[in-house]
Amino acid sequence: MADLYQVENLRLSLADMTQRRAFGPATQVEILKGLSFTLPRGSVTGIVGGSGSGKSTLGRALVRLLAPSSGAIRFDGVDLAHMTEAQLRPLRRRFQMIFQDPMSSLNPRHRIATLIAEPLRLHRFDAIPARVARALDQVGLGSAYANRFPHELSGGQRQRVGIARAIALEPDFILADEIVSGLDVSSQAQVLNLLERLVAELGLTLAFISHDLSVIRRLCQRTLVLQHGRIVEDRPTADLFAAPEADYTRALLEAIPLPDPSQPWV
Amino acid sequence: MSYLSIRNLSLRLKKGPALLRRVSLEVAAGEVRGLVGESGAGKSMIGKAVLGILPPAVEITGGEIFLDGVDLLRLAPRERRRKIGATAALIPQDPLTALNPSHRIGPQITDRLVDILGWTRAKAEARAVELLAEVQIADPARVLRQYPHELSGGMRQRILIASAFAAEPRLIVADEPTTALDVTVQKQILRLIAGMQARHGTALLFVTHDLGVVSKVCQRLSVLYSGMVVEDATVADFFAAPKHPYSAALLAATPRYTDPSAGLNPVPEAVIAAVRAEVAAFDKAHHG
Amino acid sequence: MLDGRSLTRRRAGARLWLSGLWLGALCLAAIFAPWIAPKDPLAQDLFSGRLPPVWVHGADPGFLLGTDSLGRDVLSRILYGARIALTVAVVAGSVTCLIGATLGLVAGFLRGWVDMVVSRLIDIWMAFPPVLFSILLIAVLGPGLFSIILAIVVIDWTRFARVIRAEAMAQGAMDYVASARVAGRGRIGTMLREILPNVLPTITVLLTLEMGIAVIVEAILSFVNLSISTDFPTWGGMIAEGRTSVHQAWWVLVFPLVTLFLTVLAFSQLGEGLKDRFDPVLR
Repeated sequence: MADLYQVENLRLSLADMTQRRAFGPATQVEILKGLSFTLPRGSVTGIVGGSGSGKSTLGRALVRLLAPSSGAIRFDGVDLAHMTEAQLRPLRRRFQMIFQDPMSSLNPRHRIATLIAEPLRLHRFDAIPARVARALDQVGLGSAYANRFPHELSGGQRQRVGIARAIALEPDFILADEIVSGLDVSSQAQVLNLLERLVAELGLTLAFISHDLSVIRRLCQRTLVLQHGRIVEDRPTADLFAAPEADYTRALLEAIPLPDPSQPWV
Repeated sequence: MSYLSIRNLSLRLKKGPALLRRVSLEVAAGEVRGLVGESGAGKSMIGKAVLGILPPAVEITGGEIFLDGVDLLRLAPRERRRKIGATAALIPQDPLTALNPSHRIGPQITDRLVDILGWTRAKAEARAVELLAEVQIADPARVLRQYPHELSGGMRQRILIASAFAAEPRLIVADEPTTALDVTVQKQILRLIAGMQARHGTALLFVTHDLGVVSKVCQRLSVLYSGMVVEDATVADFFAAPKHPYSAALLAATPRYTDPSAGLNPVPEAVIAAVRAEVAAFDKAHHG
Repeated sequence: MLDGRSLTRRRAGARLWLSGLWLGALCLAAIFAPWIAPKDPLAQDLFSGRLPPVWVHGADPGFLLGTDSLGRDVLSRILYGARIALTVAVVAGSVTCLIGATLGLVAGFLRGWVDMVVSRLIDIWMAFPPVLFSILLIAVLGPGLFSIILAIVVIDWTRFARVIRAEAMAQGAMDYVASARVAGRGRIGTMLREILPNVLPTITVLLTLEMGIAVIVEAILSFVNLSISTDFPTWGGMIAEGRTSVHQAWWVLVFPLVTLFLTVLAFSQLGEGLKDRFDPVLR
C-alpha cells in the first residue's frame, strides 16, 4: 500500500469554551469540517494555517489524542477513528508526535534518559539502555545529557530530546507540531537539518505542522493549507510557492517578512 | 542630536554574569532602530533599562542613557520615573497578559492620562476614541466598554499600540510586539506601528529576533551577541553586506521562502567560537 | 532568574534547618518523655504550687519552667504533651492527606463522572459548619484520641481534595501528558507517573500545613475539654488551665502557648522548605 494514512471526510467537534451554559451539555463547535487527504509512505507533508485553522487539532486527531466525531482515519489500512483507548494502545508505538513546547512536553521531574526510556519500557522493548544511547546519539546529543533534567537544556536541545523520544520507538509516522516556532533561527535550522536527515535515514513518514511557510518550503515535498477547518490547497510545495491558487495561501505568502529592505512595510 | 543616546551601558546579574557589555546606540527622532539577536543576547534588557523596568536581580554597572539630552541614570528615582512617564512608552510582547482581564478597555487607556498626566476625563476619553480609530478599530466607543477576553489577539495588540501612543511619547520601545501573532496579523500590526511612528515622528526602539521584520520596518539596526553590539549599521547597508561574521551568519540562518536553497543555515561553529572569543577578550580588557 | 533561584535556595536552607531541628527535638522529647522529663507530669504537690521558672526570684531549681497551681512540673507536662500533639499531627495529617489527595488526583485527572461525584461530595461536605461538625462528632463518639483524629480527617480531607483536583487538572492539560499517551501509557499509569510527581510538592506543603492544623485543632478541643481525659497532659489543656491563673502565674500559660506556636510554625516552614529543596524545577 502506497499510502500510510488515508483520511476521509474527517470531522471533529470540541466543547466551545467561550460559551458556557449553566445547565446542560456544553455547546460543541466544529473544528474540522470534512477533511480528506492521504499521506504516502515516506513522504514529508507540511500542514500550514493561521491560529484557529484547525491544524493542531488535525495533528492530534492523526495520532488519536482527539477522537473525531465522524469520518475515517485509516493508518496502514486500519481505521483509527473510532477505536477505543485499549484498541489503540498496541498501535500507538507506530505513530509518534513531537510537541511544540519541549518544556511542557517533557515532564520536568524526569531525567532525559528516563524520558526516552519510558515509552520503550511501555512497549516492552529489549536492550533499552542501548536504544536510549543510540537515540541520543542520532539526535546529536551525547550520553553526557542522559542524566540531566529538561530545564538544564537549551530550547534546541530539548527539542532534540523530543525527537529522540519519538524515533527511539521506531515508528512509521511522526507528527511534528510547530516544533521549531519557539527556537532561534540558528537552532531552527539545526533542528530542521536533523529532522530532514533522520526522515531520510529511517524512512519515516512525517507530517510537519507550522505557521511558517519558509520552514515548510525548506522541509516538505507537499503542503496542505488549512483555513477555518477546511483544506484550501493541497499541492506539491514547489507548485504552491510558484503559483498559489487559494487567496488565503497568497495572503500567507505575502505576509512573510523576507529579509529584504527594498520593499518596506510603511 | 539623537533623541535616545545610550553610551557604554553595562548590566549584569547581581553577583552574576554580565548581561550587557558597554552597549552604545543612538535613535533619532522619527527613526526606527531594530535590536536583533538570539534569545539571551540581551536585546530586551536594553529596552527595559531605558524604560527603568529592569528586573530586581539586574544591576547597572556603568554607562549613560540620555533621553532628550538628560542622563536618566543621574536622575533621582522619582525624577527618572516622571521623565520616562512623560516621554516614553512600551508596546509589550504578549497582548494576552498585558491587559488586565478584570477592567474594561477604556479605563486601561485613559486612567494613566488622567491620574498621571492630569488630563480631564473627557479629554482622555476623546483621545482614546481618536486613537482606536487611528489603529483601525471599527466602533471605538463600543470597544472601550468591552473586556479584554472579548477581543482577539490582534485587536488587543492594536489597543496596546493605541495606548502606547496615547500620551504622544517621543520614544517607544516595542519588545517583540508580534511574536505571539499569526503572520497575516503580524503584517497588519507592523504596518500599523511603522505608520503611526512615521506620522507622529516618534523614535522607536524595536526589539525582535526576526531579521525579516527588521528589514521591513527599521532604518538602522544593532546586532547583539552575548550582550555585546557586534554590528551597528543602516538597514540598507546591513542587508547588502553584513560586516561582522556573526551577523552575516545570522542573516544566512534567516529563512527566505523565495529561494529554498538559501536561508535556514545554522550559524557555523567556527563563527560562534570566534564571537565567543571576542566576548572573552572584551571581558578580559574591561575587568583586568 | 539565576539570582532569584539561589536566593530562595538559601532561605529554604535556613528554614528547613530550623524547623527540622525544632520538630526533631520535639519528636525525641515525645518518644523519650518518660526518661527525660524531670518529674512525673501528673504528680501534684500543693505545697510547691505556682513556683516560677528558675530564673525568676523564688524558684525551686528542681522545676525548670515552674509549676502550675496544683504543683505539677510545667516542663514535664510540655514534654508529655508533645506525645499527643505529634501523634495527632502525624496520624491525622497523613490519613487526611491520603484520602483527600487520592480523591482530588483521581477527580482532577480522570474528570468525567468521577469528578462529578467527588466535586459534589466536596461541595456538600463544605456546606457543614466545621466546628459544629467536629463537636457533634466527638459528642457522638465520645472524647478520646481516636475521635480527635477521626474528626480532623472527616473535616479536612476536602482541603486536599480541592487543591489537588485543581492542580491535577492543570497538569493534565500539559503536553507531557499527551506525550505519555502517544507513547502508549494507560490512564492510571499516566496519573501516577506523570501527574503525581508534579503535584507532590503541593501535597507536601498541604500535608505539613495539615499537621500544623491538626496540632491546633487538638489544642482547641483540649481547651474546650473535648479532647482526651484531663489527667493526660495536653498543650491545649495546659493553656486552658493557665488562662485562669495568668495574673498569678504567667508561665503556666506562656510556655505551652509558645511551644504550640513554634510547632505549628515549624510545620508550615518545613513544608515550604521541603518544596523548595526537592523541586527539580526550582533546584
